[in-house]
Order: sequence, then C-alpha cells, then structure tokens
Amino acid sequence: MLENHARIMKFFSTADEVVGRKKLQKMIYILKKCDIPFEEKYEFHFYGPYSEELTLRVEELCNLGFISEVKEDKSNYYQYRYRVTEQGEEFLNHSKVELPPLESMINNMKEKSSRFLELVSTMLYFDDLSKQEVEEKVQTVKKTQNYQETEIAEAWEFIDKLRRQSTH
Amino acid sequence: MAYKDEQLSEEKVFKDPVHRYIHVKDQVIWDLIGTREFQRLRRIKQLGTSFLTFHGAEHSRFNHSLGVYEIVRRILFNFENRPNWNNDERLLCLCAALLHDLGHGPFSHSFEKVFKLDHEDFTKKIVLGDTEINKILQRVGKGFAEDVADVINKTYENKLVVSLISSQIDADRMDYLQRDAYFTGVSYGHFDMERILRVMRPTEDQVVIKQTGMHAVEDYIMSRYQMYWQVYFHPVTRSAEVILSKILHRAKYLYEQNYQFKQKPTHFLSFFAENVDLEEYLRLDESIVLYYFQAWLEEDDTVLRDLCERFINRRLFKYIEFNPNQQMTEWMELYKLFQAIDIDPEYYLVVDSSSDLPYDFYRPGEEEERLPIHLLQPKNDELKELSRQSDIVEAISGKKRTDHKLYFPLDVLEQLPADRPEKMRIFEILFG
Repeated sequence: MLENHARIMKFFSTADEVVGRKKLQKMIYILKKCDIPFEEKYEFHFYGPYSEELTLRVEELCNLGFISEVKEDKSNYYQYRYRVTEQGEEFLNHSKVELPPLESMINNMKEKSSRFLELVSTMLYFDDLSKQEVEEKVQTVKKTQNYQETEIAEAWEFIDKLRRQSTH
Repeated sequence: MAYKDEQLSEEKVFKDPVHRYIHVKDQVIWDLIGTREFQRLRRIKQLGTSFLTFHGAEHSRFNHSLGVYEIVRRILFNFENRPNWNNDERLLCLCAALLHDLGHGPFSHSFEKVFKLDHEDFTKKIVLGDTEINKILQRVGKGFAEDVADVINKTYENKLVVSLISSQIDADRMDYLQRDAYFTGVSYGHFDMERILRVMRPTEDQVVIKQTGMHAVEDYIMSRYQMYWQVYFHPVTRSAEVILSKILHRAKYLYEQNYQFKQKPTHFLSFFAENVDLEEYLRLDESIVLYYFQAWLEEDDTVLRDLCERFINRRLFKYIEFNPNQQMTEWMELYKLFQAIDIDPEYYLVVDSSSDLPYDFYRPGEEEERLPIHLLQPKNDELKELSRQSDIVEAISGKKRTDHKLYFPLDVLEQLPADRPEKMRIFEILFG
C-alpha cells in the first residue's frame, strides 16, 4: 500500500530537512535520472522539470501528518520547509519499500542552490542529446537564467559524481 | 506559393458543440487532420473510463484537439499587431495546438502506469518519426517538425508560444474544461472564455491577463477545481480505473508466467515486454483493447476473467473513505483476511489516492517553482500574481484537499456464508 508515498518518505527521512519546493522537485528528478526508482511523472516547465504528481503526493503526506510543512514569508514569495514527523517514521517502519543508499547523493544536492539544481536537472532532461547539443539547448531554453560556462562545467562534474555514487 | 502559406480555396468548417464552428483555412492544417495518426484520435476517448459514470462522456481526443486548435486560432487573431507577438510563429502555434495530444494511447493513464510509457515521448516520435504527420511538417520547412515537437515538449525557445498551449491558463485547459462539462452534462466547467481571450496579452515570455479580466479568470479557476472533484476524480470512475489497471497487471503477469491465452494477445505483446515501437503503439486503440477484454471473458484464469467481466458489464468495486495514517493496522488485517478467504488482495483490495490522478489545481507556489498566472496592472504594466489579487483564488489555492479510498468487491464478500468469522470481521472493519 502507498509504495510511491513510502519512497518519497524515505527520501525525506534520509534528507532530514528539505528547504524549498523548487529544490525538492529538482532533487527527486535528479535522483530519478540516476536510476533511483521514483515513479512520479515529470514534464518540462518554465523552470525545468516539474512533477505535478510529486506536488500532490507531498500534499497528501502533509495532510496525513507524515510530513510537516512550515511556510515562511520571504516578503515577495513564500518558502517551505519539510521534515518527517513521528507518525511518518512509524509509517516507514511498516513499509516494505527499499531504496538504494541515497545519503551522500542527497547531501551533495542539499549543499547546492536551487538555481544550480535547475541547471543540472535541465541538462539531465536532455540526456538523449550529445554534450554539445545539451549545452546549446540549455542556453536556448534557459536564456533568462544566463548560465555561465563555469557553471555548466561544474554541472557536468556534479552529474558524473552523482552517477558514480548511484552505481556504488 | 510556399506550402506553409497555401490557403484552401474555400474555408472548411467543422460543426462543434463547444465552439460552434472550427475554422480551417491553412492547407497544412487541413492536410494534418487527414493523416492516419490524427484520425486515430477518433478512437481514443478524451475521458477514458468516465463514460461508465457519465454516459455522455464518449467524446474523443480528436474533438478536443480540434477544439484546442480553434482556441489558439482565435487567440492569435486577437494578438495580431500587438507588441511582443510575431505573426511568423502563427502556423507553428496552430500545428502544435492541433497535434499536442497525438501520442495519447488507449485509456492513457492506466496504460502509462502499468506499461511504463509516456504519451509525450510518443507524440515526439509521431511528429519526428516516419509518419504521415512528419512528411507534412517536413514540407513546411527545414526544422519545422523539430520546432513543433519542441513547442509540445515545452522546450521551444520562445516561451510565449509554449504558454499558449501549455501554462496555467492555456488553450488546452480552456477546451477540455468546457468540452468535458458539455459531454458529461454537469453544470460545472463553464466560464466566459470569450472574455478571457479578449483580455489575454502577449509579453516577452508568457501570456498574461489584463487586471480587468480577473473575475473571468476566477471563474475559470473555480471550474478547474470543481471539475476535478465532480468529474475527473469521481469515485465511480476511479473504481473503473482501478479495475482497468488490475486487468492490465493481471494480463502482463500471466504473460510473464507463460500462461497460454486462448486468444493470443498479439497487440499487447510488446507492451507486456515493455518494448513498444511506434507502429505497434499506433495500432492499439480503445476498440482493440475492448475486443481483448471481451475475448478474455472466455479465459481459464479466474482473476482475469472476473476483472474483465466487471469492466465490460460495469460491476465495479465499492469503496469506503480511508485514512492510511489512522487505519494502517486495519488495512494490514484486511489484507490477511482477504487472503484467508481466497480473494487475492493484490487485485481486490486497492487503495486509490488523489495523487494517482494528478491534476494541476491552481497554486501560486514558491518563487520559481512553476509559472503562475500574472495579471497586468493598468497603470505601470507591472505583473502581479493572481492569488495575491483575488480573494477567491487565494481561498481555494491555499487549500490542500486530498483523498484516499479503499476499493473492494462488495458483491463477492456478500456471497460468503453469514456465519463465516472472516466475513463478519471484514464487514466490521469496512462498515463499523
């Protein structure tokens, strides 16, 4: 029962705390592209890959009391913080869902800005293209973000690192 | 004259119950409608299993695709000569609008989940692959087919073009809300589209709405909210969807166990193997799927036979409201009780959640999470997010309403002997 919910709960439990919905969206997408079996469907949106299914699933987990959501007013926008609750931990104890080790990958992503994770997830979205085509595509679809060459190079390194971690 | 500019000698019109008339003047659009890939959409229902709840909901993705095309055509008519709009993008927008749902398969949602498919991948394959559609798009110009695929995939450079087909207030949603309301017969889903089209303005990277159009947009947001709970997530439709999904799971499982089907599921083989090519995908439509469900009524496997019988003859599962947090131990007990009475809980005891049918309620969200609806202020051309201006939208967009139900075959449980202890305990848990 609720296997997909349990996978997301495992992610939150490993992450301890996730700050920002955009960051959450991109982190799950990046893990998915590293073959972690999340089943939420993603589409490309204005700010890169986005999953309505994930948004709704997180709302359900909040409503069930398995995750706490704290809304912070940042004057011109809101920011959300997520943590697993005691009830959530109990739910996870009943669940038989297993995931590969995620801790180091999650920690690496938590250190990065949501802007950087937007770049990484956008590059991964086009991973059926050649490296040069991916970079051209990023400059086309992310024109307003104005990503610099150094950021793109850092993103390639980051992707390599994550993929190495996911296979270990 | 270049093919892209060719016009029909006389305008063609389709009678349409939602938009009255759908007008076609471009030769390219007329040719695309005539392709086998587009005609196939006549055999894919827009609302999947909803016809088992709302008997009128037999309309197809063909109807809807024409409707989206018509709305975009009207928007672009209003955009002509406005700042930020380049009319060279007109044909691209019309083609993308017409073809945006091309890759939908039969009973799309369940098929995608069970067989790990993505209709958007197939839309791209149809647009870019060896198809009649692609031949027409190639004739328009070099790179045109790729541009159409990029607009549909939302990766096209000009975000304004993308936002016409796909954003929080786009032609796709405006058509399906009205069309689904019309064919289901419900009184929700209506809003003043003509007013919204008149107050839409192109900006550099998105369509925005003049502040004076806010109340029309409020109506549209309310329609989305009501249609989800009253139509799209109707519990009886969900019951049909649960059964459909379990039929597909069972058939796949039997195939993997080398079960000898009396009616060899030829059209499904590549789906079971999760290795579907474009031609196989295009061959499977809802008439074929329903043919197999009929054929499987003769199978020896009792689970497959029973599930098909339920779907074909509308003997759906019943349901109760279910809270996975408060009723976790009860669910585990039910699972064991079902096993004890030889009813496989994997197929006959199903929790269905609102996230199993994701629907994009309007949410302002966090900064840069996703693009909200923006209202254009009259004095300074400033953009303000809708829910910060509208109390009505704020009230419903902040609310997180989610839902979980437990589905089960009540008819089978009722047939158990009255004095069977498992039956008494199951009824106690389910109905108190």
